[in-house]
Amino acid sequence: MLEVRDISAAYGPVQVLRGVSFSLGAGEIMCLLGRNGAGKTTVMKCIMGLLPLSAGQITLGGIALDRLAAHEISRHGVGYVPQGRRLFSELTVAQNLEVGRLARRSGPEVLDHVLGIFPRLAERLDQRAETLSGGEQQMLAMARALCLEPRLLLLDEPTEGLQPSMIEAIRHVVLDVQAAGVAVLLVEQRVDAVLSVASRVTFVENGQSREAMDIEALRADRSALVRYLGVQ
Amino acid sequence: MTAVRKSLLLHGGLLIVLFGLQFVLPAYHHGNLARIMVLASYAIGYNVLFGYTGLLSLGHAMFFAAGMYGMGLGIRFLEMSPALALLAGLAAGLILALVVGYLALRTVGVAFMIVTLMFAQALFLTILYFGKWTRGDEGFVIQQPERVLWGIDLSDPVNRYFAALLLFAVCLLVSLWLIQRPVGRVLIAIRENQERARMLGYDIFAHKLAAVMISGGISALAGAVYGLLFGYVGATFASVQYSIFPLLWVLLGGAGTVLGPFVGTLFMFYLIDLSSALTTAHMLIAGVVLVAVTLFAQQGIVGELRRRFWRWLP
Repeated sequence: MLEVRDISAAYGPVQVLRGVSFSLGAGEIMCLLGRNGAGKTTVMKCIMGLLPLSAGQITLGGIALDRLAAHEISRHGVGYVPQGRRLFSELTVAQNLEVGRLARRSGPEVLDHVLGIFPRLAERLDQRAETLSGGEQQMLAMARALCLEPRLLLLDEPTEGLQPSMIEAIRHVVLDVQAAGVAVLLVEQRVDAVLSVASRVTFVENGQSREAMDIEALRADRSALVRYLGVQ
Repeated sequence: MTAVRKSLLLHGGLLIVLFGLQFVLPAYHHGNLARIMVLASYAIGYNVLFGYTGLLSLGHAMFFAAGMYGMGLGIRFLEMSPALALLAGLAAGLILALVVGYLALRTVGVAFMIVTLMFAQALFLTILYFGKWTRGDEGFVIQQPERVLWGIDLSDPVNRYFAALLLFAVCLLVSLWLIQRPVGRVLIAIRENQERARMLGYDIFAHKLAAVMISGGISALAGAVYGLLFGYVGATFASVQYSIFPLLWVLLGGAGTVLGPFVGTLFMFYLIDLSSALTTAHMLIAGVVLVAVTLFAQQGIVGELRRRFWRWLP
């Protein structure tokens, strides 16, 4: 469904990506793994049209995303939950979700569906987003992205700074989303979290995709984790 | 009681109080309040762009003046009726907002401020340059017979007060309606995090342009009504001072609050009025009070009330 072919991109004179390739099928969870600064978040920004490609191509179901304006990409079914959540802090939970829903002009039943996935948010609809806990903010960011009814969900470090119970809740949500047929591209530093949800990983190093592995193979042989991340 | 109901009660209550005040206020304050309501309408227009969308314009006087001159020149040279002249003023403001917005929104931040300032200065100098028609600095008077709208003499203080109240009520309710509509939420979302709003699929440029047009339209309508109610059209209203005023009023009252523009305009108008009765150095007093308010109520008067007590305030 998602095809990323040999993409390169730069921040001004600094070349960040130098040939990243991978593909992702419907209902699949794949994780980009790599050290800080390897270019994982930049790949997501390229998919979302926030950073223009200097080479390569990104397609989703045959549509060339790299030729679309940034605001048109989500209309083709791509939801993005960036690192740090980036909520509309002065809006309430309900208003944040409404802004997400209306962007895709979805019906109100989408809200009911999303609130069914995140019952904690249903109890806090009138609360301003800035007053939520870190875990609840992450849930809201994911819920807002799901209001777009995505085919592909990009999650950039969704468990960053969360307590274990919240990480577990997020893990369940990701699996539920996958079960609904949504493809998930994950950037995550916590290897244990990756091993428990992803079906494949692609290692990224110095702006290049190095090695793609099934999660079973990685569980059986963790030497790649040592090679690319320096951890066991 | 729901937040929406509380909000309707508060804003409806304010309009009822303003309606009642005209029966008890002495003539001097009666006239002042009419003026404040029209200027507060201008500030409401400014607040749509600055308070809700997060775009700081330093040239909003151009919209106020476009409305005023569109109305005034229509009456003076085209012998328009007051109603038609008001529409001409509104149309002038909307067209100017479309053109300025289309060009200025290609810039961001400080550049946007400077570009809007330059456009406003260009309009101000144009008014002076074409003094043969605009009478330049001196301006021109709209005579009493030309201020009779549908048989109602707007030079009469009571009628003038009602007309100012009507304008203010319309602008207040439009502002309240706007921020409770999806488009209002999107404007706030753009102010909060433009990149994120774009990622959700919103066309940022189109929404900002709409905000400039709504803001410019309300400001132009206020300018047109001001000229008609007070019978004067002058270049002063296109000067940079009248671009700074709405910024101060909105900051004082509370940017991004529906009532803030009115509270800020009322506060500043009477601050200058009262301090000038005490000393010729009245701007010094006004300045000290403004600094104090800015220090101790950083979100403006209504903004602080919302932060501390009434979270439901729109």
